[in-house]
Amino acid sequence: MTDLVEIVSSNVDSIRKQWIAAMSDSAQRADLISKSEMQEQCGAILEAIVEGLKTSGSANVSSPGWDGARELLREVSASRARQGFSPVDVATFVLSLKQAIFSVIRTAQSKNQDQLFETVWAATELVDRLALITTESFMSAREELITRQQQELLELSTPVVKLWDGILALPIIGTLDSSRTQVVMENLLEMVVSTNSKFAIIDITGVPTVDTLVAQHLLKTITAARLMGAECIISGVRPQIAQTIVHLGINLEDVLTKAKLSDAFALALQRSGRTVVRVGPERAGSLNSLLARRED
Amino acid sequence: MERIPILRIGSLLLITIQLDMHDKLALQLQDDVTHRISDYGSTGVLIDISSLEIVDSFIGRTLANIAAMSRVLGAETVVVGMQPAVAITLVELGMSLPGVRTALTVEAGMDLLLTAVNEAGNESEDERSQA
Repeated sequence: MTDLVEIVSSNVDSIRKQWIAAMSDSAQRADLISKSEMQEQCGAILEAIVEGLKTSGSANVSSPGWDGARELLREVSASRARQGFSPVDVATFVLSLKQAIFSVIRTAQSKNQDQLFETVWAATELVDRLALITTESFMSAREELITRQQQELLELSTPVVKLWDGILALPIIGTLDSSRTQVVMENLLEMVVSTNSKFAIIDITGVPTVDTLVAQHLLKTITAARLMGAECIISGVRPQIAQTIVHLGINLEDVLTKAKLSDAFALALQRSGRTVVRVGPERAGSLNSLLARRED
Repeated sequence: MERIPILRIGSLLLITIQLDMHDKLALQLQDDVTHRISDYGSTGVLIDISSLEIVDSFIGRTLANIAAMSRVLGAETVVVGMQPAVAITLVELGMSLPGVRTALTVEAGMDLLLTAVNEAGNESEDERSQA
């Protein structure tokens, strides 16, 4: 063990050179990271490794002496995950350190085969553990990215639009699953309360398929809105979806459905006692009259 | 003993639930409402649950029961001001409260109730015009 510490700490420069050389050979994505940046990272990591070896030895990389090295490796692999490196690239980055360390060990202990083997084994174990740390943090950085994107997608895809006083529209894009239904339902109900709306139009033009589960989620949303005193109209039912609904035997009898959003809007206007009329040519020119709301 | 107050406005009853409902309170309310309807000959019941934040299946069922019992006694029921969280909870519990009229605000609920009462029959028409 102590042999490894001595050999590595007394040959830092030579290890770094060989490491960088090994990486340049294995085509370390020169398109994603500059050579000088790479060399800087290598130097910093190697320094932290030597520091860890000196304080805590090579056996236990989770001991506090290795904190610096672990932190640095996590940082490097997380930033690489964001830059678009593949897991192989990141693992190879650390694993290519092996060749460099092995060759200095060989030079130092060429006389004693047993000792050489011991030291090499300790070095292998050490580098493997370090590589595992990078892979782990690479994965977690990727997962973080995916979770954040999912969250953003969830928020992006469920806007509630106010069409008129007391009429809301909810255009749904994409398949409705349980978690999305929850968000959709909450958004809609909050908006119903805050805008004091009597009608909500759920537009499913952007929903690719309606199966029993999606229909069930829709019905839940509609029932919840009804409990609060708002009436829901489903619009954007495409012919194929109408066929699917009937074939699956989904009961939408109690629900108002329309083919187009405009039909649903017209129905909502009519139900709330409003009507849309064409203004005469003499009034059409005046923008104010077009924008004026018909108050009842 | 705590009780949910029932206000009489002409031929209508106004109930505002401002406490957290528990089972006993719900049953008491059910009892009180039915008695008041028959005592006063009320034709409409408006239940405002805008301050109610927690419901369970029992409270949900009691609300549905009150509506059904009122109808038997000849009064229409409107539940107003349900909170989004309460609506979601009831739906998740599988209770859609069929047969219960709902409205967003007390004002809208009053409109709905008056329309429903008018539709339900005109035997109490005279009483209402006096009120």
